Amino acid sequence: MTAQAAEIPQTRHRSMSLPSARRLLLWTGLAVLLAWVLVPIYLVALGAFGGRLGVFRWPKSIWPTDLSLAAMTQFLAIEGVFNALVNSLIAAGLTVVFSILLGAPAGYALARYDFRGQNAFRLLVLLTRAFPLAILALPLTVSFIRLGLYDTPFGVSLIHTVLALPFAALVTQSLFMGIPREYEEAAWVFGCTRFQAFIRVVLPLALPGLAATAIFAFVISWNEVFAASILTVRERTLTAYLLRILAESPLHYRFAGGFILIIPSVLFIFAVRRYLFAVWGIASK
Amino acid sequence: MADIVIDRVVKEFGPFRALQEISLTVNDGEFVALLGPSGCGKTTLLRIIAGLETQTSGRIVIGGQDVSNLAPRKRGLAMVFQNYAIFPHMSVFENVAFGLRMQKAAQAEVKRKVERAAALLHIEGYLDRYPAKLSGGQRQRVAVARALAVEPAVLLMDEPLSNLDALLRLEMRTELKAVLRQAGTTTIYVTHDQTEAMGLADRIAVMYGGKIDQIGSPLEIYATPATRFVGGFIGAPPMNFIKVRCHGGTARIGDATLPCPSTVTDLELGLRGEDASLSANGSGIPFDVRVVEPMGSHLLLTGSIDGQLARIVAPPVAKVNPGVRVGLNVDPARVTWIDSATGRAVARA
Repeated sequence: MTAQAAEIPQTRHRSMSLPSARRLLLWTGLAVLLAWVLVPIYLVALGAFGGRLGVFRWPKSIWPTDLSLAAMTQFLAIEGVFNALVNSLIAAGLTVVFSILLGAPAGYALARYDFRGQNAFRLLVLLTRAFPLAILALPLTVSFIRLGLYDTPFGVSLIHTVLALPFAALVTQSLFMGIPREYEEAAWVFGCTRFQAFIRVVLPLALPGLAATAIFAFVISWNEVFAASILTVRERTLTAYLLRILAESPLHYRFAGGFILIIPSVLFIFAVRRYLFAVWGIASK
Repeated sequence: MADIVIDRVVKEFGPFRALQEISLTVNDGEFVALLGPSGCGKTTLLRIIAGLETQTSGRIVIGGQDVSNLAPRKRGLAMVFQNYAIFPHMSVFENVAFGLRMQKAAQAEVKRKVERAAALLHIEGYLDRYPAKLSGGQRQRVAVARALAVEPAVLLMDEPLSNLDALLRLEMRTELKAVLRQAGTTTIYVTHDQTEAMGLADRIAVMYGGKIDQIGSPLEIYATPATRFVGGFIGAPPMNFIKVRCHGGTARIGDATLPCPSTVTDLELGLRGEDASLSANGSGIPFDVRVVEPMGSHLLLTGSIDGQLARIVAPPVAKVNPGVRVGLNVDPARVTWIDSATGRAVARA
């Protein structure tokens, strides 16, 4: 009886210790990952809202002191910043639309059909990323000027689409491969044309993955500096514009600029996070 | 309702000939099973009938209309897929209603027909659930209900029970037979499971190597196989094949003799395990018993006849020990003679 009583707590202790060690590891990993992402954002935010003095104070305080929106509002009031922000949103939005409209059909074709040159096509799509943009810069500028695309967010979005397209095509390819062909075949048998089957059956199932593709495209466009800088003069995107003006700005303006650059990506990912989790939930099954 | 005529259909995948000139007529309201091992072309044939695959040559005629080049949606058929292909983003109701919605049926009619199909398959209880919340058997029912809801002229089924566990399979098989008899739909059913084919079908087409080896009622196919393959594929244990030489209309095995067709000399005796009975005094065909397996309903004896492997079914109470030689009585009318050279049955006298 006593031996039994002594044994039971011991086994219980052992069975508890393994999961709790694993849990500790999990939470530590989570904390490190969170810190990795959040600490820099926090420091940038601190610089952006801490005002002129906060940036130079030493030793730095971890907690926000004398918060003010002054730097932010002053920064936004700088001539052209708001315009550049709008340009960036237009370019990124168009990049999302184009890369989905062009990339998703390519991904669908790669996933569903066997055709001659399939592997060559796949490689070619990737090779567009291997081609250095710097070499293209001058001829591109010349032809953009000729076509009337120079210095427009639309022109910038075309180049960004080229950059985002490989991701769009390859991500959507694996996405469509994950949707069983039988779903479509069932739809055909029960009265759908190919197009109807795609709209009614494939598209709803692909939506989470398409959202992820959209994020990639948006972030690629939003972060891109080089092409945006050479293809625009007045109608700059935010990154290109900031690159020029921040070099001549006081430090707290730079923080404000950096913070504004971070915000849209974070908001965008936040908005589509539901679809992202869905896509990873499917993948992990 | 419609009949199906498959007229000399050939399918080639590159140099590989998956179907070699298949011809088959399925009568109105008939249930035909395509039975065969994997890779025999049965699923390819079904997909060609459905329009999901294009034949290399030949015609498919459904209800008098040549549908060879029509899209699947214009062929007036419904299909149950092996993995069910229930749309995961639609409720059970919408899944069953899918075909009717595509026909632009009025809401009241959709509701009525969906409810009838659901009642037929006992899924009324979870019409508003999503497929992820259903068990395999329930999904299977939804797939059949979706197919029956459109009241198709032709129903195609591609191994619909193969993903269910054994008990559920038996239950669904019985139910499927009752439901389909009631609906009176012309049905083609692909399976590699002989008990399913035997239990469900009016006629079975046994396929092997891209050809139909034999078409007939389950009993015909079982009792009088047309080829060595059919005899060996159907039945558990499979038919025994014993090589014998036939001289002047008599084959000699040990001390026993059997009348045989005299047109061919190199023959194989096709003998069903249950068509041989143990003789009382050890006369008849000598059978060396090696293993005795009591199966409950019968004894399964494995051993050799004339040095060739054979399996014989004996009554459960028979007293047989491994290692002994027993005699078998065989009714000459119930044996099949196979020509060794061609593998085809020799015509009965």
